[in-house]
Amino acid sequence: MSQVAEIAVDVQNAVKRYGDFTALKSISLGVYHNEFFTLLGPSGCGKTTLLRMIAGFEDVTEGAIFLFGTEIDALPPNKRPVNTVFQNYALFPHMTVLENASFGLEMLGKSRAEAKARAGEMLELVQLSQFASRKPAQLSGGQQQRVALARALAPSPKVLLLDEPLSALDLKLRKAMQIELKHIQRETGITFIFVTHDQEEALTMSDRIAVMSAGELQQLGAPREIYEHPQNRFVADFIGETNLIEVTISEVADGRAKCRIGGGHVIECDAPGQASGSACLSVRPERMVLSAGNASGIAVPARVVENIFVGTDIATWLKVDGGPEISVRISNSARSTIFEPGANVFVNFEAGAARLLMD
Amino acid sequence: MKPATNVRAYRGFFGITLLCLFILYAPLVVVTVYSFNDSRSITVWEGMSLRWYADVFVGPESGKFKEAAFNSFTIALVAATVATAIAVTSATAIVRAGRFRLRMPSLGLITLPIMVPEIVLAVATLIFFNSIGISRGYLTILIAHIAFCIPFAYLPVQARMQGLEDTFEQAAMDLYATRFQAFRRVLLPLMIPGIISGFLLAFIVSLDDFIITNFVKGAGVETLPTAIFGSVKQGIKPNIMAISTMLLGVSVIMVAISYFAAKWDNTK
Amino acid sequence: MAGGGVQKGRGPVSETYAPVRYPLLVPAWAVLLVFVAAPVAMMLVYSFLTKEFRGGVIWEFSLAAYDQFFFDRGLFGDEPPRIEWTYITIFWRSIWQAGLATLLSLLIGFPTAYFIATRPKDTRAIWVFLITIPYWVNLLIRTVSMRFLLREQGPLNDTLLALGVLDEPLRLINTNLAVQLGLFYSYLPFMVLPIYAAVERYNFTYSEAAADLYATKWATLRRVVLPAVKPGVIAGCILVFVPSLGAFLAPDLLGGAKNFMIGSLIEEQFKGNAGNWPFGAAASMILLTLVLIALLVATSLQRRAEGPR
Repeated sequence: MSQVAEIAVDVQNAVKRYGDFTALKSISLGVYHNEFFTLLGPSGCGKTTLLRMIAGFEDVTEGAIFLFGTEIDALPPNKRPVNTVFQNYALFPHMTVLENASFGLEMLGKSRAEAKARAGEMLELVQLSQFASRKPAQLSGGQQQRVALARALAPSPKVLLLDEPLSALDLKLRKAMQIELKHIQRETGITFIFVTHDQEEALTMSDRIAVMSAGELQQLGAPREIYEHPQNRFVADFIGETNLIEVTISEVADGRAKCRIGGGHVIECDAPGQASGSACLSVRPERMVLSAGNASGIAVPARVVENIFVGTDIATWLKVDGGPEISVRISNSARSTIFEPGANVFVNFEAGAARLLMD
Repeated sequence: MKPATNVRAYRGFFGITLLCLFILYAPLVVVTVYSFNDSRSITVWEGMSLRWYADVFVGPESGKFKEAAFNSFTIALVAATVATAIAVTSATAIVRAGRFRLRMPSLGLITLPIMVPEIVLAVATLIFFNSIGISRGYLTILIAHIAFCIPFAYLPVQARMQGLEDTFEQAAMDLYATRFQAFRRVLLPLMIPGIISGFLLAFIVSLDDFIITNFVKGAGVETLPTAIFGSVKQGIKPNIMAISTMLLGVSVIMVAISYFAAKWDNTK
Repeated sequence: MAGGGVQKGRGPVSETYAPVRYPLLVPAWAVLLVFVAAPVAMMLVYSFLTKEFRGGVIWEFSLAAYDQFFFDRGLFGDEPPRIEWTYITIFWRSIWQAGLATLLSLLIGFPTAYFIATRPKDTRAIWVFLITIPYWVNLLIRTVSMRFLLREQGPLNDTLLALGVLDEPLRLINTNLAVQLGLFYSYLPFMVLPIYAAVERYNFTYSEAAADLYATKWATLRRVVLPAVKPGVIAGCILVFVPSLGAFLAPDLLGGAKNFMIGSLIEEQFKGNAGNWPFGAAASMILLTLVLIALLVATSLQRRAEGPR
């Protein structure tokens, strides 16, 4: 990435209302030039609406959208130098693959020969040159996906918008396409805005992720930051697996809080500024270990309920004395000790592994 | 599938279906067969012959039938073409232009000609032409046919358009096509099966019409149905059966084209 | 029904052509307002005018047409009004005939539609095709064919006599039954297709559940299948009843003078010099009103059958 990052897409206080229903509640975010930016959230969170507002398929009820400093929110889609890869690809069924890929350039007034030549290059980029004269219906899902990509890239858009482009593919193909997409993004240097509901996909591919829920931006940051330092309960729960433990804060001093778990056990951990009253403690299952005796650091007594085999790991469900049920992931290797259901154990974790969330 | 365990099957329904098909086809088959009868009388069978087909083209009434056929087919062609064009533009407004206050009233107006009984529409049209002083003839038949063909052309066109996702046009506009280019280059080609169905239905409905034509045709101008009706009033003659069989052939060709148009899904 | 399933209530409607929606609608509005809506309005006006003796009207307000339809004031119009039964009888006969034709279509159309909808997917289209072909054949030709078939010396009687089923020919032409058969024949596909569509959507697990709970086949049909496909049945009935009510060809060619229906009554008023245009317009208005009532009843029945969604 460049040293002084230029902002490609700048969304300022964008609101979208459909009658009484508010789909987006004042979203502001900036997407850097050359970035792989992901809008992540469950269905109905407004991520696709935001993408379609950038593309020009939805009006902006309030607020503004800028593309490299130019306000674009009043322009029709055909006047915006951005292109979209649609969720169902929307390949024109009556045109060949090459005609699909050259459509945008033809519409921009390029000569047919020039458009075809550039489209041919793009098909080469996605390794589909040999299918140029086929109709979309004669291609597999993965191939159609790549045609859609070539078609959207051919006019050299300033920003490429991808609306859940991989959701229709099976798992194996999806993994391969994730790598290919990332590769093409690096090679072309075009800013990608990618919409997905799959948090794993978002973590794998993105430079930065905007997590959205119920029309609001929950957190914006690099994948690792979002995973390790979720800002609220929604993000902690939505990204990866976690244990959310209800606690009562009894005392805050020097940025540390004393939190009481249901049964009376007290844990000390880092506290955000406004910590007080009841809160929620998020601890990832893989950041905890089980031991028979009282080890150093935090140790919470619990009883094993059940062990569930999940391949690489064993998920152990435990009941904290007088408190909630939690799960701990133990790597499935010869060195790990597995405790039988009914055993009384201690759950150990570093203070840094626990994150105190106020909402 | 054992019938005893099949909760769907009802004994007797197959028989009723056959009866149904028998009732639908028996009259047509009988007329087709008797159109090849060599006899001058319609009651006695005297062997195979094409004489009544020849009679239609060169017989004493051939001039009348040729003129009627010309009128029928040119009116059907023009009326179906105009009605289909109107159907395509209005379906685009109703299916592809969001919600607006005149949307449902427009749909109501478009389907009005099939809600109003044909005889009522015939009376109304006659009164209308009479009150504005247009004399009845070829033109009045044509205008009336365009009007009542619109809903028949419209319904298949609308059905097809609703079946097409609008992401195709959105993709076109995303790729810098103007609204008109998106219509011309993407929506219209994808609409072709629906347009063919709508056109054929309108064509056949126009060719079929008797009542409205009978009211607005005026003296001297005949279409095939009015000419046949006038002739049948004096008794069914073998040449009428020959004409009927030929028209039946036209219908079967139309229905076959329409069947393949409906099956032809050019989005696949 | 005729809305053809345009999304009305919720859900998004594509807005691609929203800015040009009115220009797109201009041709349809122009043609249909001028040549359909305006004529119907003009017909209403004509029904309140005075008749001209050689066809046409005199532009003078008059209730004579409606008065003549409902009341008998004697030969010279000076007697106290009594109810005039002639035209009411014709209307009543039309309703009755159309109703019987609808019932006949339902009795034969329902099992047919059900049978077709339960065929394997690949053969279903062929059955539907077979049912629709006759609809594409000219209605006049179909009616003439029916007349030819049913004649006293026609193929039907010939066959039945030859087979020894009958001793003397059936007199079918110019009977009510012939008219019902003709109407049935004219509009049967309209009954079969909506019912077929409804049965095709029906989830047969319900029938299995009913059978599992000891329902006989007929109980299943009556208590489970029929309520589920009722909207289709209502649509089919209205699609047969409405055109039958105003039909002209079947009563005229198969029924003869004794079995006069509304269509012929109206047609007569506009033939030559003997007609009475205001009376024809009034009779048309009354027919239109009946059709509107039938449509309203059907719509409310359908809404009730579909239940709250």
